[in-house]
Amino acid sequence: MLKDITLGQYFPIESPMHRMDPRSKIVLLIFMIVAIFIADNPITYALVTVFTLLIILLSKVPIMMYIKGLKPILFVIIFTAVLNVFLTPGTKIDLWGYTTPMTWEGLILAGKMALRLILLIIASSALTYTTSPIILTDGIEKLLKPLSYLKVPTYELAMMMSIAIRFIPTLIEETEKITKAQQARGADFDSGSIFKRIKALAPMLVPLFVSAFRRADELAVAMESRCYQGGEHRTRLREIHFKGIDLIAVLVFVLFFAAIIVLGILF
Amino acid sequence: MIKTEHLRYAYQTDTEETIKFVLDDVNLTVNKGEFVAVLGHNGCGKSTLAKHFNGLLLPSGGMVYINGMNTKQEDLYQEIRKNVGMVFQNPDNQIVATVVEEDVAFAPENLGVPSDEIRHRVDEALKTVGMYELRLHAPHLLSGGQKQRVAIAGAIAMEPECIVFDEPTAMLDPKGRSEVIETMLKLKNEKNMTVVLITHYMEEAARADRVVVMDRGKILRDDTPKNIFSEVKFLKGLGLDVPQVTELCYLLAKAGIPVPQDVLTVEECADALMQLL
Repeated sequence: MLKDITLGQYFPIESPMHRMDPRSKIVLLIFMIVAIFIADNPITYALVTVFTLLIILLSKVPIMMYIKGLKPILFVIIFTAVLNVFLTPGTKIDLWGYTTPMTWEGLILAGKMALRLILLIIASSALTYTTSPIILTDGIEKLLKPLSYLKVPTYELAMMMSIAIRFIPTLIEETEKITKAQQARGADFDSGSIFKRIKALAPMLVPLFVSAFRRADELAVAMESRCYQGGEHRTRLREIHFKGIDLIAVLVFVLFFAAIIVLGILF
Repeated sequence: MIKTEHLRYAYQTDTEETIKFVLDDVNLTVNKGEFVAVLGHNGCGKSTLAKHFNGLLLPSGGMVYINGMNTKQEDLYQEIRKNVGMVFQNPDNQIVATVVEEDVAFAPENLGVPSDEIRHRVDEALKTVGMYELRLHAPHLLSGGQKQRVAIAGAIAMEPECIVFDEPTAMLDPKGRSEVIETMLKLKNEKNMTVVLITHYMEEAARADRVVVMDRGKILRDDTPKNIFSEVKFLKGLGLDVPQVTELCYLLAKAGIPVPQDVLTVEECADALMQLL
């Protein structure tokens, strides 16, 4: 179950989206999220949806990957939808002659919220599918560069992030191993009250932390052996550049964003 | 290439009265282009010794020289690490990046190599270890042997003269083990690199030019594999094994059958037995 997490799973293929500068992708994603929340009528919703589909196409990542990425938040989507349907005040829905506590306004709101969440996840996944974590952190580092004049260690922050991402699958594997080992010795993780279950997690978390510290230590030694000495004077295998494709993407996006605002005002 | 003089090392302890030397008066010279295996039981100090070869640990007493550079000199440590690459036991804990080629690029990036030169070095290193086809893969999806080869490529990309392997096969299955050993021999034979292998597997040590046997922080023997492994009784006394074929010949000789005592490989053993028949 834990292995289903797709966040930060890079999909190594060639596509227009893959070729883009990570900085433009990050900035455009932020504005894309804004656009998704500005959209408030059927036309703008349709436009945002079409644009998201365009992103999926341009990323050349199979659509199944995106659907898989939605799985973990399926519960959240359904949960908010149900709450919205029942708790929004308005005209009650009549079903087979009975008045239900559901409302039409709630139904519409639920649909809107679900669509927003889905588009949000897809747009963000498009960034992580088409950008390897190292390049992504490179991009974030470059975007945060102005902060380094305020003595914020931007390079170190970026390095920490990329290592964290790198170790997610390793630690998941480790967690599964420890869980199985404890279960084999009679540990019970899935029964009893919630407090009992939380208590039962201790024999899993303690070894996990111990091994994480050991790993960190070994990693530090390995990094030092490979001449790591902090961010200064470092070069990159792939230097990131703002290219023609980024200019096109930005222009198209500006048009799209303007259209959302104009259509939002008009209708 | 590597030279230690009266090297001593003690881990800092709180109780002052019991200073135990992990390394005690180690004198060792590794020549350029040589393949040296350091053999010993767990806790004999062999890993501690390896960490002295690139200045990760500094001697408590004595000196370590790498190409004439003293590891104690602080301004030289970057130069020393560039010359001596390290590969460690757990492949998972030495891979930094989420894509194979980006991990291999880590060291040259740290050294400030220009990016087209990095590209060249990365491709070259990955071809040497036979991982070029998998350069865009995620490391956590590779097998243990493949991960370890990526780690080796990561060290080669620094273009060191020497690579120190600290029990590189201890966590691998037999297939991964032979992959790593073949890569090591390739580095020595084709790239003319100096290789230091820290291990407790006899079969691996038998492939080296020279074997150094350590116990309790001291070097007990420093000789060719043939001479070392013919001393079956001595090695067994240290709790070490000998290659199976060597042991077979030892037992045969003990039983009064005239077979040579310096047999290391299955082929040699077969030849020796054929001559008897």
